[in-house]
Amino acid sequence: MEEYKLSHLKELEAESIHIIREVAAEFENPVMLYSIGKDSSVMVRLAEKAFAPGKVPFPLMHIDSKWKFKEMIQFRDEYAKKYGWNLIVEYNKEAYEAGVGPFTNGSKVHTDLMKTQALLKALDKYKFDAAFGGARRDEEKSRAKERIFSFRDRFHQWDPKNQRPELWDIYNARIHKGESIRVFPLSNWTELDIWQYIRLENIPIVPLYYAKERPIVEIDGNLIMADDDRLPEKYRDQIKMRKVRFRTLGCWPLTGAVESEADTIEKIVEEMMTTTKSERTTRVIDFDQEGSMEQKKREGYF
Amino acid sequence: MEFSLQHIPMENKLNIKEFLDKDEQKDLLRLLTAGSVDDGKSTLIGRLLFDSKKLYEDQLQALERDSKRVGNAGDHIDYALLLDGLKAEREQGITIDVAYRYFSTNNRKFIIADTPGHEQYTRNMITGGSTANLAIILVDARAGVITQTRRHSYLVSLLGIKHVVLAVNKMDLVDFSEERFNEIVSEYLNFTKSLNIEDVNCIPLSALNGDNVVEKSDNTPWYKGQSLLDFLETVKIDKDQNYDNFRFPVQYVLRPNLDFRGFCGKVASGVVRKGDEVMALPSGKRSHVKSIVTYDGELDLAFPPQSVTITLEDEIDVSRGEMLVHVNDQPVTSRNFEAMLVWMDEKDMDVNLNFYLKHTTNTTRVHIENIKYKVDVNTMEQSKVDFLKLNEIACVSFTTAKPIFFDAYAKNRNCGSFIIIDPITNNTSAVGMIIGESSASSYFDEQAIEINLKQLNIEEKHFEAIEKVCKELEKKGVIVKLVK
Repeated sequence: MEEYKLSHLKELEAESIHIIREVAAEFENPVMLYSIGKDSSVMVRLAEKAFAPGKVPFPLMHIDSKWKFKEMIQFRDEYAKKYGWNLIVEYNKEAYEAGVGPFTNGSKVHTDLMKTQALLKALDKYKFDAAFGGARRDEEKSRAKERIFSFRDRFHQWDPKNQRPELWDIYNARIHKGESIRVFPLSNWTELDIWQYIRLENIPIVPLYYAKERPIVEIDGNLIMADDDRLPEKYRDQIKMRKVRFRTLGCWPLTGAVESEADTIEKIVEEMMTTTKSERTTRVIDFDQEGSMEQKKREGYF
Repeated sequence: MEFSLQHIPMENKLNIKEFLDKDEQKDLLRLLTAGSVDDGKSTLIGRLLFDSKKLYEDQLQALERDSKRVGNAGDHIDYALLLDGLKAEREQGITIDVAYRYFSTNNRKFIIADTPGHEQYTRNMITGGSTANLAIILVDARAGVITQTRRHSYLVSLLGIKHVVLAVNKMDLVDFSEERFNEIVSEYLNFTKSLNIEDVNCIPLSALNGDNVVEKSDNTPWYKGQSLLDFLETVKIDKDQNYDNFRFPVQYVLRPNLDFRGFCGKVASGVVRKGDEVMALPSGKRSHVKSIVTYDGELDLAFPPQSVTITLEDEIDVSRGEMLVHVNDQPVTSRNFEAMLVWMDEKDMDVNLNFYLKHTTNTTRVHIENIKYKVDVNTMEQSKVDFLKLNEIACVSFTTAKPIFFDAYAKNRNCGSFIIIDPITNNTSAVGMIIGESSASSYFDEQAIEINLKQLNIEEKHFEAIEKVCKELEKKGVIVKLVK
């Protein structure tokens, strides 16, 4: 019997590949949402695995809030080119030209316009009927209850009280025109699983995850990296070089760094195992209001 | 730097490299917890997460803050608040759906499907339990085996979960009485004799104080078994899969170039080796396995639940929804079968509606022939009904528009399970577990539109294309019978 044993990572990998293939087979126009983060990096590799030796039969789409770290954009373009992905980049043009940003409008308005609205517009523009996201159930309480195939009505809204039953590995992919399904192939992965898999599979990730001396300014208790010259004047003379890394990646003014010496995956995992703060505490948007992630998800955010 | 999970003794501390190398080898146990808030279920889960250090400081702080504000646990930390994520249910004070929790120990990773115990939520327990290896059924030591316990145990047996832990909780409230524990155990074992559960273990606990949760408790010196966590870490689950009957539902056909034609899928059961003679269902065409392809290289053999791509020696036409099997070991190929069905929809069953059935990767129209009997989940009594309502369970016979390839659920979970989809709302209306083949029905033959290709003077070379169109039409619900 021993020869038929799979490690938990191989079991999770098999489950994810099954989910990804199911979407390719059942939907007419799927897309994989790409955040450039570590979870996205794993999801993208799993898609490459699902269709090897062939090409992945759907595009990758990045919703650019125009406030991402420069290193993320560079990583995105290099990765897509190297692995032959069809990469779509979309942003909210009107809001961008109107000058919307986290410093001028606050995190709530910025996130809504540059992330949620930009995503919804892009989904409508290409008429995607299924969109993969890299969310994990262990990340946040409202995500713990979401299905792997998560139904969205024609307004992209999620109804947590009215989810389709989901059993075994049989996924219901039937929708009416205009409706869509968000698909979460990493649902059952934990943060440690992601790091462990990146380590074992040598998956490339954005260097911001590793500790390095970076220009940091402290804003409302968050360690914010001065990534470009849009940092407001008043903070500029407070910039100090500090050895930090990022546990999650997003818009640079909304993503807090942590002071760290971890410059290898092993050290990152070690830090994670001994740390006392959960992953999402470095995300400024979660603290906007009570139950804020659930609220955003109902409105169509990933 | 050395570190360890909180409950692991000091001498077992590992350095990070050793830890990761060991972690990589861990297997995965999926478990279901059933019981109501009153039984202390959330407290038990909270403690498993807490004692395996899955709770971070900020979550703990939020928890302490919330416990004071809206908690129901007095001076204790109310772990239930941590688990009940959604706003709506926080207001109602109950868990309304299935929530998944993750924790790991030195030996194993765990996925907990946390489901509520209330009667109206049978649907959720069925959802949470469908992939579980093991179920923890909680009882309150003061109340003992109650109707809800029987209901949960019946559902667990229906889902074919092989291992059950009866967690007799709140032992502190019965003075850790051995007599009381034995009384509950014997009543429970007496009841489960009639159910088909392979492995039942009973553990006396106090989730609130941690007795026998992680460590053996001094309060129960008479209890000779393992603590709950010890048991979860060591229970053998590798024999739970079916490695005997090779079934490979084709999920996706990969054709990157003219030289490569691979059939992608997840091995549903059994083992396939390079060189094996296989047969495609329903065509009956035979070939040999040329290679088992993955991104990480070719394999000599594949087994469940691996996702692989199989290439064959001969060019035979196999498409999604069809199945590769060993020639000398075939599933039942039929359009008529009987199953235990759980109705999951708020909308009552309309027996005149032809639903969609999804079984492995195969989707077809399905007609409800007959409801043989309904089972009362509280008393196990059978009765005759004309239709089913939300949370009702019945033995039902079906006829499908095209054949499906199945095994009995009891023998093969992956090839004996299916879902029923409402063709109007697209909701998953019901889920079923196949018992076996039932008597033939001509229902869909009468429904089918017959088209005679010869009469229409259509040349034979076009037949394949027309068959493809008919397959597409069937997906949309139009059944065409071609006469060649």
